[in-house]
Amino acid sequence: MNNILEIAGLRKKFYQLEAVAGVDFEVREGEILGLIGPNGSGKTTLFDCITGIQRPTAGEVRFMGKRITRMKPHCIYQLGIGRTFQLVQLFPGMTVLDNMIMAIQESEGTVLSRLFQMDESKDEKKAIELLEFLNIIHLKDQIAKNISYGQQKLLDMGMVLMSKPKLIMLDEPMAGVNATLGKEIAERLIELNRRGCSFLIIEHNMRVIMNLCHRIVVLDYGKKIAEGSPEEIQNNKQVLAAYFGG
Amino acid sequence: MANLTRKKRPVTRILHWTIFLGVIGCVPVIFGGNAYYMYVATLIGIYIITSMGLNFTLGYTGQISLGHAAFMGLGAYTVALMTLNGYSFWLALPLGVLITFVAGLALGLPSLRVKHHYLALVTLGFGTVIYLLFSNEYEITGGFSGLPGIPRPSFFGLDLSSDIAFYFLVAAFLVLLTGIALWILNSRWGRAFKAIRENDMRAEMVGVSLLTYKLLAFAIGAAYAGIAGGLLAPLMKFVDPTSFPVHESFWFLIMLIIGGSGRFEGPFVGAIVVMLLPQFLRGTQQLYFVIFAAITLILLIFWPGGLTSLLDVFFRRVLRRNPPQFTK
Repeated sequence: MNNILEIAGLRKKFYQLEAVAGVDFEVREGEILGLIGPNGSGKTTLFDCITGIQRPTAGEVRFMGKRITRMKPHCIYQLGIGRTFQLVQLFPGMTVLDNMIMAIQESEGTVLSRLFQMDESKDEKKAIELLEFLNIIHLKDQIAKNISYGQQKLLDMGMVLMSKPKLIMLDEPMAGVNATLGKEIAERLIELNRRGCSFLIIEHNMRVIMNLCHRIVVLDYGKKIAEGSPEEIQNNKQVLAAYFGG
Repeated sequence: MANLTRKKRPVTRILHWTIFLGVIGCVPVIFGGNAYYMYVATLIGIYIITSMGLNFTLGYTGQISLGHAAFMGLGAYTVALMTLNGYSFWLALPLGVLITFVAGLALGLPSLRVKHHYLALVTLGFGTVIYLLFSNEYEITGGFSGLPGIPRPSFFGLDLSSDIAFYFLVAAFLVLLTGIALWILNSRWGRAFKAIRENDMRAEMVGVSLLTYKLLAFAIGAAYAGIAGGLLAPLMKFVDPTSFPVHESFWFLIMLIIGGSGRFEGPFVGAIVVMLLPQFLRGTQQLYFVIFAAITLILLIFWPGGLTSLLDVFFRRVLRRNPPQFTK
């Protein structure tokens, strides 16, 4: 199995605080990798470093064999890494459909062609298909800020799917989502994974993580303290100590 | 807001253009006899163009610019200096646009690092520097004595120096630039601009190059102001630095906000109201600014969306239909 994402010796220092203190792991092609750890263990910072929002202090990130450290976020996105956020990040004043199309338009054509391309039926069709898949098609003409939080979360995920990313990074997809919707999201993820999409997921809901993920990486104080199958992680003494103390 | 029609029927579009062109055409018919009224009408056209430019930068892309008076000045001085030296207006204006476009690109650069009031300060600084250049480089700009005797252009032998002819020149530019603005804002650029305004971090995370689009928004906004300046110089037949002080930029800001920032009609409504109000309040003399400020404040407190949001209310409540949407 090939590695789709490789992280080697990644560090991020905020002044004296080392949020990520030398982390190595890889995401294999076609797998769902869980990233867990107590609050403040550096998970989101790690995501930010991979997607280019933060510049890592040291270390390297490789995506499909290509070094992406220090690349601009929009270039990393166009290579095929999609990401959602812990707190949903949408374009609140734009319609649901416009949010969806926005997620793909910059991956097509050149800057100049975007000024002259007026026919968007292809992207619209794709967006409508995805909105149907996510069960929020009835909201397509609503302004994004007016729809419910759970629906926004689905929209956020829909936007990531627009450009058919090879790797999807989800930052707490289940947080603030009710059980039914959570189950729905999980089903969609498994479905997407079957279609060949790799995942890197941060999640605090252990039941979801244990059921969903093929492998799990555990962070604590910016360091990787364990890595393995869900069963191995559940029985790992260091992990239990990090979560429950003692 | 659910049933906003995304694709406008051509009939509606033709109707809107007819009304727009009709209003422009009616002005000289009604006010043509009065040189002062024609002057004010022409000035309104010029200020609509500037505010439309600011609407690109601030209204749609969310990047504040307090340098628009300076861009206007750059356009005006370019046209003034070139036409006074015997070059054609039709050569001078494109050069003025090019200069302001490049200056806009340059001013866009800091927007990649600083936001909101910090960006306001940077652009304010730019405005101040340009103003000081106009007033101090008197060997070129004539300093505070200004540059008198700017000729009005002709168009393929057609003399445009009369007030009504010049009004139509400005109106032609207004129509052209309105069309261009509609095109840009309804294209994918427009969506990218709005995405940056709505959430620039997320915009970057869906592949939007902030460098490209922020610079474009500044440059297009500046170029609009440059054209407006290039038209202002032959209208006044005179330029001096006092036409482009830093506080002039605040007037454009006020026009945009009173009209409705981020709304296509905003600059039109705003510029007309801000320019016409003094005509009606002339009797109040020194009290004028107090009254104007009070009206602005009341408007901003109760209708932060500007007068266009009041028009929306009128359409929904009184006419019981959706207000017209000019951009997506």
